[in-house]
Amino acid sequence: MTLPVPEAPAADAPAARARVDAYTTRVGAAEKPRRRGYRILLHAAIVGLVILWLIPTIGLFVNSFRPAAAVSSSGWWTSLLPPWDFTIDNYIHVLEQNNLGDAFINSLFITIPSTVIPVLVASFAAYAFAWMDFPYKNAIFVAIVGLLVIPLQSTLIPVLRLLAGAHIAGEFLAVWLAHTGYGLPFAIFLLRNYMGGLPREVFESASIDGASPATSFFRLAIPMSVPVLASLTIFQFLFVWNDLLVSLIYIGPTRSENLPMTVVISNLVSSLGGETHFLTAAAFLTMALPLVVFILLQRYFVRGITGGAVKG
Amino acid sequence: MEQRIITAAIVLLGVPLVLVGYILLCERLLRFVPEKRGDRIRPWLWIAPAVAFLVVFLIYPTFNTLVLSFMDATSRNFVGLDNYLWFFGDPSTIEALRNSVLWVIFMTAGVVGLGLLIAVLVDRVRYEPVAKTAIFVPLAISFVAAAIIWNFMYQYKPPGTPQTGTVNAVIGLVALGPIDWIRERTFLIDNFALIFIGVWIWTGFAMVILSAGLKGISVELLEAARVDGANEWQVFRRIIFPLLLPTIYVVATTIIITALKSFDIVYTLTNGAFGTDVIARKMFFEMFTTQNFGRASAVAIVLLVAIIPFMAVNIRRFREQEAIR
Amino acid sequence: MTRRRTTLRGLGAVATVAVMLVLAACSGGQSSGDDKSVTVVGTWGGSEQESFLAMVKPWEDKTGNKVKYTGSRGLGAYLTTAVQSGTLPDLAGLPGPGEMQGFYAQGALKALDDVLDMNTYTAETAPAFVDLGKAPDGKTIGVFIKSALKGLIWYNTGNFTGEPPTSWDAVMSTDKGNAENLWCVALESGADSGWPGTDWIEDIVLRTAGPQVYDDWVNGKHKWSSPEIKAAFEAFGDVLDDTYGGPTLINSTNFGDGGNPLFTDPPGCLFHHQASFITDFFKKQGGAQDGEFDFFPMPDMNADFAGAFTGAGDLFGLFSDKAAAKDLLKYLTTAEAQQIWVDRGGALSANTKVTKYPDPVSERSAKILTGAKIFRFDGGDLMPQAMKAAFFRAMVDFAEDQSKLDSILTSLDETAASSYTQ
Repeated sequence: MTLPVPEAPAADAPAARARVDAYTTRVGAAEKPRRRGYRILLHAAIVGLVILWLIPTIGLFVNSFRPAAAVSSSGWWTSLLPPWDFTIDNYIHVLEQNNLGDAFINSLFITIPSTVIPVLVASFAAYAFAWMDFPYKNAIFVAIVGLLVIPLQSTLIPVLRLLAGAHIAGEFLAVWLAHTGYGLPFAIFLLRNYMGGLPREVFESASIDGASPATSFFRLAIPMSVPVLASLTIFQFLFVWNDLLVSLIYIGPTRSENLPMTVVISNLVSSLGGETHFLTAAAFLTMALPLVVFILLQRYFVRGITGGAVKG
Repeated sequence: MEQRIITAAIVLLGVPLVLVGYILLCERLLRFVPEKRGDRIRPWLWIAPAVAFLVVFLIYPTFNTLVLSFMDATSRNFVGLDNYLWFFGDPSTIEALRNSVLWVIFMTAGVVGLGLLIAVLVDRVRYEPVAKTAIFVPLAISFVAAAIIWNFMYQYKPPGTPQTGTVNAVIGLVALGPIDWIRERTFLIDNFALIFIGVWIWTGFAMVILSAGLKGISVELLEAARVDGANEWQVFRRIIFPLLLPTIYVVATTIIITALKSFDIVYTLTNGAFGTDVIARKMFFEMFTTQNFGRASAVAIVLLVAIIPFMAVNIRRFREQEAIR
Repeated sequence: MTRRRTTLRGLGAVATVAVMLVLAACSGGQSSGDDKSVTVVGTWGGSEQESFLAMVKPWEDKTGNKVKYTGSRGLGAYLTTAVQSGTLPDLAGLPGPGEMQGFYAQGALKALDDVLDMNTYTAETAPAFVDLGKAPDGKTIGVFIKSALKGLIWYNTGNFTGEPPTSWDAVMSTDKGNAENLWCVALESGADSGWPGTDWIEDIVLRTAGPQVYDDWVNGKHKWSSPEIKAAFEAFGDVLDDTYGGPTLINSTNFGDGGNPLFTDPPGCLFHHQASFITDFFKKQGGAQDGEFDFFPMPDMNADFAGAFTGAGDLFGLFSDKAAAKDLLKYLTTAEAQQIWVDRGGALSANTKVTKYPDPVSERSAKILTGAKIFRFDGGDLMPQAMKAAFFRAMVDFAEDQSKLDSILTSLDETAASSYTQ
């Protein structure tokens, strides 16, 4: 068995997938007992890990429907047996916050451009780092990745001064730009790595056919990078959606009509840290959208996109 | 409201168009210069937007931080290396350094190991999307909620009374415990209990990226190896792992940095007591609690220097990638 | 290929137009400095936020102005950034008197002597609160909107039926009945863990060593390793020795759940030391009903300093010259405004003209607060932030292992040496 060239694209994706399906079906039909034992072990391992990973969240989810006194006196699992004493008051309280609707819209306003801009900007840069030659390329690239370690907190004051000087502190624009800046190091890192692994022949033949770098980028590199672009989109969306600090500081209370949902939710807790049961309910309401994004984008995590794009 | 919807529409269409338009415009202008020179200028134009953002939001503040690290608490007077001397001379720093090393080693090993395991395993079953969503949930939930979750999970009640914490209830079934997980110094249990929270949150991250990489591996290759009689372990060891290695490097580097920067778990659960302090929490504490910007900046610079070895590994790897492809 | 290029060029033109529209849409819009709205930032969330909004409602109705309130528990971090970069709210709650002085020194915080009617203000406010709001130059820069009384000892009326003990020794030798221990202590409070312990130390120091030592200690002029402070820690150590669940439970129990064992059967403890706000937690977390609990004030510990109490309050300051903001600040100090929060529960007034309270427990607390012979503000809140944080941490470390007391006090002295000089 010889090692193949990295990331060789599948020549015919649908056919390949059909073969995989046929393979799994065949194994599922248990032609060989050894394979069957392996499948059982595989399912057990996956189900085991999934349960282990979900239990903490399930516990919180159950507790979010319980009265606060019950939560602090008995474990969440005890409530699963009768007599049931569940309540949706926590959720009602959160939904009754009068500015929640506006804040939800604000969160969307903040999150969507703050996801689109860095993904695009990073893909340009990543493509240049992966497929163009220029002096100090690796040094610049590593310096950019190294910026990942800069604690966000240490940038707040100088950046807020700049934004205030440009009269955009308080505006959505300020947060879009900031999230782009903060998200870029990871985005460039991830995309450059993936694009760098794409097959050289594809770009060479396109170049011989007279395609400009822009054409190669938009017609080849981007379609072939769909799985990684999908994962990057998910993460950037998630980080911005759950962000409290950047919005609180760069929009600020002086423009409270622009503040996102995370700020409204953090205000559900009293200054002494009481009333956290509302936070619990709020957590499940706010994580719904990122999960939907994740589930929707999952269909791009499929085998064969690379191959299909090369042919088209 | 109406104005907002208009703005939204403009932004949604406009922003991508502007950015794509920028590249097309660059290419158009490059046609007016000789090809050789164009090839020299082009990369700079392509990375220019990214560099502009980075200069404003990260590079300029970093220089600012570097300067502040030589100034006193109020950022007015130059104090030379005092802040660095304070950092390395503070007795609690050694403990925090040790814990940060534990975080980097065990969180990275846990996240990358489990993320890879899960990505490879779920690739073989039909309910892959469901399983992945389950592992992804901790990442989607807000950090505040995660802190509440783990307070419940690790909750301690006196021996002999019903345990309300999930972990103590489970080990109670086999007559063990209860243990105050995040405050038990024995065998550094508290540190590992906190690190596990980091692993729980970030495994989904590694899984998603590694899974995306896995989808790029040719099915024929795997199929051919299996037909040749390779067992699943050999397929993983000889094909999947080497092909995923570049992606593993990316995930590992990102998680190392995340572990090094991570202060929120420690800050909200123990605030560094019981021997659980980490470097990043010290920085956050100096910045916002005592408002000593000099010290906080010095710690930030130490963190920056600490990742240089990991960056060097990455440079070497990129050189290798370019040499073989 | 050519056809596609043309399409792409068209896209480029559209893009250019779009960017101009975006910039126009963003930079236009509402102006930020409108005179009819006042931006307020505070730490209050949840029911506190609702109470504050109820408090300002009559003012909004009367003046037609609008209050834009944002709560943030990270108030200190936010204000630090805001002051450094010059993008300030109109009014803000202040993390503590130390920060208040700092913000005033930096020119961000405004003096209130022209804003308030100083005669009315000093007549209606407890002298301790008036003094705390002053800058070194004598100008008033901070006012109190509400207050709280500390040093209350809570019990379950079904378990403790005797007369309230009048001396500390009597408290410590109370018959436990069927309770497992005498005390319940809970120090966990996330990043602020330890603060309930600091209330204990402050109450003991004030009652045993008196106001002079207390003031010196809080101002960094009296050593932590001195006999007075060490004795206070040791007295608290005696309490911890007879506390339900021992060190592990003390440090792992959230302060809000601290009183729950009062109400279990058999009870885990007889007494719980906590400020007036805790009744809310008894009801919500402990499942107790009104009437099932009551308190007696922590008794005197030294006859020379009889009738000494500690308390706390929420400081407020003005960051702008806007007329509406000044008017709102003035309104917030009035009895009329403070009565609203008092009626909604969970707060005592800082204005002495407020005497009507919604329940007997808060009415008694308010009487003690106004009638205290010696009143001192929460010491931790008066210390520099670094000192306060070290004090919190010291309580956690002390509860974990009392034998480390000497090294804990030495390290507190070291923190004091570096944090007061700043």
